[in-house]
Amino acid sequence: MDFDFAAEQSKLVQLLIGIAAFLVVVAVILLLVDRAPMRRRAWVHATILLLPATLLLGVGLVVPAIRTTLLSFMSGDSRQWVGLDNYGWMFTQPEAVTVLRNTLVWVLLVPLLVTSVGLVYAVLVDRTRFEAVAKSLVFLPMAISFVGAGIIWRFVYAYRSVEQEQIGLLNQIVVAMGGEPQQWLQEPPLNTLFLIVVMVWIQAGFATVVLSAAIKGIPAEIIEAAKLDGASPLQMFFQVTLPSIRGAVIVVLVTQSIGTLKLFDIVRTMTGGQFDTSVIANEMYNQAFRYGETGKGAALAVFLFVLVLPIVVYQIRQRREVR
Amino acid sequence: MTTLASTVVRAKDTTAPQRVRRRLSGRVASVVAIVIAVLWTTPTFGLLLSSLRPEDQIKTTGWWTFFADPQLTLENYREVLFGTSSSSGQMMSFLINSVVITIPSVLFPLALATFAAYALAWLPFRGREWIYIGIFALQIVPLQMSLVPLLSFFSQGVEIFGLQLSPAWNLEGPARFIQVWFAHTCFALPLGIFLLHNFMSELPGELMEAARVDGASHGVILRKLVLPLVLPALATFAIFQFLWVWNDLLVGLIFAGGTPDSAPMTVRLAQMAGTRGNEWQRLTAGAFVSVIIPLVVFLSMQRYFVRGLLAGSVKG
Repeated sequence: MDFDFAAEQSKLVQLLIGIAAFLVVVAVILLLVDRAPMRRRAWVHATILLLPATLLLGVGLVVPAIRTTLLSFMSGDSRQWVGLDNYGWMFTQPEAVTVLRNTLVWVLLVPLLVTSVGLVYAVLVDRTRFEAVAKSLVFLPMAISFVGAGIIWRFVYAYRSVEQEQIGLLNQIVVAMGGEPQQWLQEPPLNTLFLIVVMVWIQAGFATVVLSAAIKGIPAEIIEAAKLDGASPLQMFFQVTLPSIRGAVIVVLVTQSIGTLKLFDIVRTMTGGQFDTSVIANEMYNQAFRYGETGKGAALAVFLFVLVLPIVVYQIRQRREVR
Repeated sequence: MTTLASTVVRAKDTTAPQRVRRRLSGRVASVVAIVIAVLWTTPTFGLLLSSLRPEDQIKTTGWWTFFADPQLTLENYREVLFGTSSSSGQMMSFLINSVVITIPSVLFPLALATFAAYALAWLPFRGREWIYIGIFALQIVPLQMSLVPLLSFFSQGVEIFGLQLSPAWNLEGPARFIQVWFAHTCFALPLGIFLLHNFMSELPGELMEAARVDGASHGVILRKLVLPLVLPALATFAIFQFLWVWNDLLVGLIFAGGTPDSAPMTVRLAQMAGTRGNEWQRLTAGAFVSVIIPLVVFLSMQRYFVRGLLAGSVKG
């Protein structure tokens, strides 16, 4: 029961070494930039400043992404070329198709729900006395890790048999209303929805903050004009508020779609991908790092990239238009 | 004429909007807002309260029974933090790991991105547009795509056609932190450079020009002129990166392994949730320990963070 602090010292030493080494790197870069004569062309300075970042990006992202693409055409142990076999597996085998179907459900529902909840809440608390507090309450889960959130919600969904007293809030409510306690996370297809609730819970605050700022940005004259015309609250919302904040709504939808596609932690903490709840990112981890099926894992990663690509391209074009 | 019109508007101002507001903040609207707020707060509150209840009570009764039979204890925290048997949380070790992982993983990309962003924003050299677009585009690459090759880069080195280009690192024990720092730094750079570049390129060019005429080097301009001006952007990126690294599971799982030597707290929590899913006294206390630090940072830095969000910069 005694925690031994001395045993942890080597970590702190490592931390100090790491930071010291990095400070040396920073000092060398600054020294080189200072010494390089200003008469010289800009590219000398640029090379010194850009070299560390581009080197790391090359080693950490560019080369690996290319290698992953190649690996996706190879067998599990990366010794033979197998053509499109891994992709064939992904689109035909039932367990893989379930994964794709779940991902589709996630990426359709999460952005929609997050945006709707965030929008409704932002409109409702706008210009009330409690606005700041109300927004912080919903925004707080943003700071919580997906793992932490997963545990929080496992506790909400906890199951005890009928004879026992319930410790999970959801089942307690069900029992109080005269129902039978349910194993929320073990019964497909509904369990995926219960996982989605967790993601919506985490992300809604983000949507609230972004959309609330957009709502405050609507020019006062437009609101006044609509009020003078005697618009009802609902008319105000659909004919004034919503069209005015279209850009912000799109930003939220896009970022949520990308985040949802890459989602991994919630599924892993709450069900481990069992009971038909796995999604692409989780299955990619399982295949590549647990089953040693590097080829299949790589194919899933490449597919993820292909799915994210059009969303990002759309976002870039959208941004250009705004500018 | 104009004064008359504005008086009319102002007169209406006090009646029409008031009416609208009264209707808007009517019962239904308030009830919906309160329901959402309660739904969003209750799960975390339940976890906090549970973590403070005695073990036998957590396992047999719901946390809401606390109000009928209030009993609080810090025993769960003591055990999960300081227990040293492998079945207890050993959270203190993992907490230290998280700190050791997070500090460099925020500092390194922050500094390197600042250098790169300055070069891309203020140094006129050929091909700079292309490098900038290339780095921007790297944001698209999902981290999942680089995990397998990057891990083998550390464990086996780089070998092309039988030629060993770089050695295997074979990091053990605390040295494994190096590969976690490395991975986090790589993954953070595209967003960091993008964010800081946007901010830096807005700075007035005359300022740099004047400094250069006075004979200041790029190093001096960067340190004395640019750095103080881009502090808000640096703070935003630092908070983003802190939350991202502290809350990360995937990178930690793959590059730090799963032992108390180097794995962050999220990895430990995921393990506990998987193998001892019913040890609620440890899970709840452990989860709360992992949540409290980012919450504190987040609450105290919320203003910067929100400003960063509104700049339209988000890490997916």
